[in-house]
This record gives sequence, C-alpha cells and structure tokens, in this order.
Amino acid sequence: MPDFELFLLPFFTGLVLALMLPALGAYLRLRNEWLAALSYPHVAAAGTLGAVFLGLSPLLGGLAMAGLAGAGKRLLARRLSGDVCHALFLLAGWSTTVLVTANQPTAERLGHALFDGQLYFAGVVELLSAVLGSVLVLSALRFASSRLLLLRLYPDFSRLRGLTVWPLELAFDVLAALALALATMSLGVMATFSLVFVPPWLAFRRMGTWRGGLGLAMLLGSLAYVLAFALALLLDQPFGAVFGLLQVLFSLIIA
Amino acid sequence: MKPVLQLEALVAGWQQAATAALDLSLAAGEIVGLTGPNGVGKSTVLAAIAGRARVFSGRIVHAPAIRISLQTQEVPPVVGLPLSGRELLALTGAATTGLPSWLAERLDQRLDRLSGGQRHYLALWAVLDAPAELILLDEPTNNLDAAGVRHLTTHLHERAAAGSAILVVSHDTAFVQAACDRCLTLEAPADA
Repeated sequence: MPDFELFLLPFFTGLVLALMLPALGAYLRLRNEWLAALSYPHVAAAGTLGAVFLGLSPLLGGLAMAGLAGAGKRLLARRLSGDVCHALFLLAGWSTTVLVTANQPTAERLGHALFDGQLYFAGVVELLSAVLGSVLVLSALRFASSRLLLLRLYPDFSRLRGLTVWPLELAFDVLAALALALATMSLGVMATFSLVFVPPWLAFRRMGTWRGGLGLAMLLGSLAYVLAFALALLLDQPFGAVFGLLQVLFSLIIA
Repeated sequence: MKPVLQLEALVAGWQQAATAALDLSLAAGEIVGLTGPNGVGKSTVLAAIAGRARVFSGRIVHAPAIRISLQTQEVPPVVGLPLSGRELLALTGAATTGLPSWLAERLDQRLDRLSGGQRHYLALWAVLDAPAELILLDEPTNNLDAAGVRHLTTHLHERAAAGSAILVVSHDTAFVQAACDRCLTLEAPADA
C-alpha cells in the first residue's frame, strides 16, 4: 500500500488547482480562447527550460515567460486575433522546448516532467503557491465576472459608459497566463489543459445559468481529480494519463 | 432645452465616407426615427455616434457625461453559453418588470433555448431598459411579431417619458410612425 501521508501535500496542491482551473476555463471559453489552455502552458514550459539553460530560477522563468506572453497578446491584439495569437504562442513554446532539451542534457528530464506532470514532488512551496494563486484568480474572476460577460455580449456597452476596457483585458490575459504557468509546474501541460477544457465544456452543455455552469465545472474538475489521484496511486500508474482518460470517460457519459 | 445629441452636417463612413451630410438635434424625452433606402448608411450614422465608425466631416456633439446605450443588428453571441435571461438583464442593469408576459415567464430559461424572436427581444430589452440618457436602436423590430412591436412601441414611449432621448433606425414605416415623434429620411450620398 502507498504511504498516503507522503501524498497529502501533492494531493491538496492538485485539488486547489482542480477547483481554480475549470473556473478560469469557463471565462476562457466565454472569450473563445480555450486554446490558451495549451498555449500558455507551452510558453511556461519553454520559459522554465530556458531559465535552466541560462542558469536562472526555473519557476521564475516559467512565470515570467507566461506573463510576458499574456501582456504581449494584448499588445498584438490589433494585428492578431486571439486564436491566432494562441496558435503562434503554442508553436513558439513547443519549438523552444524541443530546441532547449535537444541542446541541454540536464533540461531533458525537466522537459518530460513539465509535460507529464510532477505533482508527486509538490511540497509546501508548491501548495502555498497554488493556494495563493487560486485565491487571487478566483477573487479576480468574481470581481470582474459581470464586466467580462458584458464585454463578450455587448462589446460597446462599457466603453459607451466611459469605462476604459483595456486594463481589464490586459489583467485577464496576464492573470490567465500566470495561473496556467503555475498549474503547469505541478500538474503538467496536458493535465492543466484537460482541467481548463473538459469541465467547462461539459458545464456549458448542461447548465442553464452562468452561476450554475461555474459550479458544475468546478465540481466536475475536482471530482475527476480526486478519482484520478486515488486510482493512479492504487494502480501505481502515472497520474496525468489516468486523469486524462477519466476526463474523456466523464465527457462521454455527461455530454 | 439643450439637446442631448446634435449632429452638424455629419458625414460618416468606415474606410471612406458613406453617408450624405446629416443635421439632427435630439432632446431629452424625444424619439426620432431615421429612415431611408438600404445602403444609405443609417446604421453607419449610429455607429459614428457610438464611436465605432469614422466621422469624415461635420461633427457630433452630445451632452457631457451621458450614458449611451447602443443596440446593433449583431446578435449577442449567446449560443452555447449557460446564461439565463435574468442573468443577461442583470448585466446591463435592465429591469425584469415591464417585460411582456410571454417573455417574463421564460426569464429563467437558458437564452439559446428561446425562440429567435424571444431571444432578440430579451437582447434588445437588455439595452433598451439599461439606465441611459441616450438610446440608439438599429432595426429593433427585426425578428419581432406584431405583439412584440406593439410592446416595444409602448416601452419606447415610457422611456422617453422618463427623460431618455431615443434615436431609432428602421425600415419599418408603420413602426416609425407609431413610435417616433418625428422622422428624418437619410438620402443617398451625392456621388452614389
């Protein structure tokens, strides 16, 4: 039997992220930006490996690169639509990751860990970062929810009332990028993507209200996470792969 | 009384000038209709007032610090969203009272499960009933049946009586005659 105490910190780190990411995913889906769930994690992975290559802090490298991408997206908004921007970020992140791992032997293991996930190695620092990051993201989303919905449904409404829109858009882009980078460090690229994509998608299909949709997305994300964590431990299988398959199963049953 | 909105020889367009020069003065409590054949730029005039289209010549003057509501012909993208009518109205600050009964009883339904006409009227109501001193409406009777048009006409009069200035672009002559205090016809630009 596995030593469950050993897995308490990783379990709670992932659980906190499994509550926050589906809520963030709902707003990304609202804005037609679900591709962000792949692009920012790839950029964060590239930043992390780039920092290793340069002898800098991997955590700060990943967060800084993702934050820059989030801010850069807003600067490029006049020339590139959101989905094109995310596609280019995805390509740039993946290419940089492959190039760094090909040229820096020590980066190869970290590269695999970033894509497959390194949740079992999460400690107090990772748990605290996840809690602080999630509280910040959920509070910000709660505060800005009406304005984000209005921006999507009636793009001119706020501007015609003299409200400046770009600070909200910039803050959302940067916060989303940082949250996805933080999650990537523990859960890995694909588990992060699955939490941002699957639960909101199912909730959008099933629920009749925005509030209900958010609630169901968070419930499904955390439920799938708890089940996957337990199954992966009991069957001694990699968490990310079990989690991915479980979410596919959830999708087939609920959609 | 000082007008809420004044257009002085306004020529508006997107990449190039697309309208004939238009003069208009709109006071609080007044409903003015803007009609004209397809393609003369009626919607472009509204877009220019809302700051979406370019002003090529003339000018737009409106009272300082007013709240403007704009309804466009673009339908809010609610398909696929888990959003109820009640939530939509709460976003813009529109009231749920005053809605026709055939809509009031469906307020808690998901918007993309309403009929096209019901969804259009709710989306229009969210703009029309939001707190505003100047209301700009672009073809509001599209997709509405006779009951919807009657209700809209009555509510426009209520909003005007409460002090809002309303500019309505419409090709629906009967509606314009019933709803508006006066009507302007936008001519095609001279070089069209």
